[in-house]
Amino acid sequence: MAAFAFYLFAGLLLTSGLMVITTRNPVHSVLWLILAFFNAAGLFILLGAEFLAMLLVIVYVGAVAVLFLFVVMMLDIDFKALQRGALKNLPLGLAVSGVILAEILLVAMGWQPGQGVIVHEALAGPPDGMTNTQWIGSQLYTRYFFVFSMSGLLLLASMIGAIVLTHRRRVGNRRQDIGAQVARTPAGTLGVGKAGLGQGVEL
Amino acid sequence: MIGLTHYLAVSAALFVLGVFGIFLNRRNIIIILMSLELILLAVNINLVAFSAFLHQVHGQIFAMFVLTVAAGEAAIGLAILVIYFRGRGTVAVDQADLMKG
Repeated sequence: MAAFAFYLFAGLLLTSGLMVITTRNPVHSVLWLILAFFNAAGLFILLGAEFLAMLLVIVYVGAVAVLFLFVVMMLDIDFKALQRGALKNLPLGLAVSGVILAEILLVAMGWQPGQGVIVHEALAGPPDGMTNTQWIGSQLYTRYFFVFSMSGLLLLASMIGAIVLTHRRRVGNRRQDIGAQVARTPAGTLGVGKAGLGQGVEL
Repeated sequence: MIGLTHYLAVSAALFVLGVFGIFLNRRNIIIILMSLELILLAVNINLVAFSAFLHQVHGQIFAMFVLTVAAGEAAIGLAILVIYFRGRGTVAVDQADLMKG
């Protein structure tokens, strides 16, 4: 049963990964990407990493893929023009990815676990009856606390960066100027004038 | 019996797919960013598979950090894409070096 689930998830993951890079319509690409993330989450669940699986669904499907979808749909991009000459790169791409695959296989064939590292045959749950989330938290908030804080800073920096990059000040609209509002005094604003008969008021 | 090797094979195949996607869609930066997400996903599968079969949690924690970096990278990449499109009216990046900035 686990083997069937593995082959199902892995096959769908690779198929949707292939569709992401080959399909013509970028909106379809994003949708295939979402399917790929869901299948990767399935693989994570098979490996016993439930927390990361849920994180993958929430962060990738809920945030990153939707961000991609927003950008693809909001910008009026001529995708037909972008595809011109795409097949010209096919031989080079095949060559480079073939070389990378061969290198990975070469390294993986000769790989041996280091001294004292045991690669188990079977999966095991977290120790002491902890859940997977507790297990991650027990390390993340103690041993990896500074790295965790740094990743928070990284997210803050990327948020500020995205805002700074895309924000533009529009000219011609009447923004609130708080300094000017506070600096107003009655002397410069109010006045008492005499309204003469039949002469009107001069302001 | 599904072992570590199976997961590593899936991860390697996904990684190569991502690299291939970058070459295949060299002009369309949106697809390039999606290929980068595929590559990072392959790395995550690698980390989690090792974490599971070594009975250690550290791989999962590092996968979380990779996830964080991927999210930040997607946000910044798409922001750059938006201002690039605003300036030039296209997202073809094969001539981005004309900017000389």
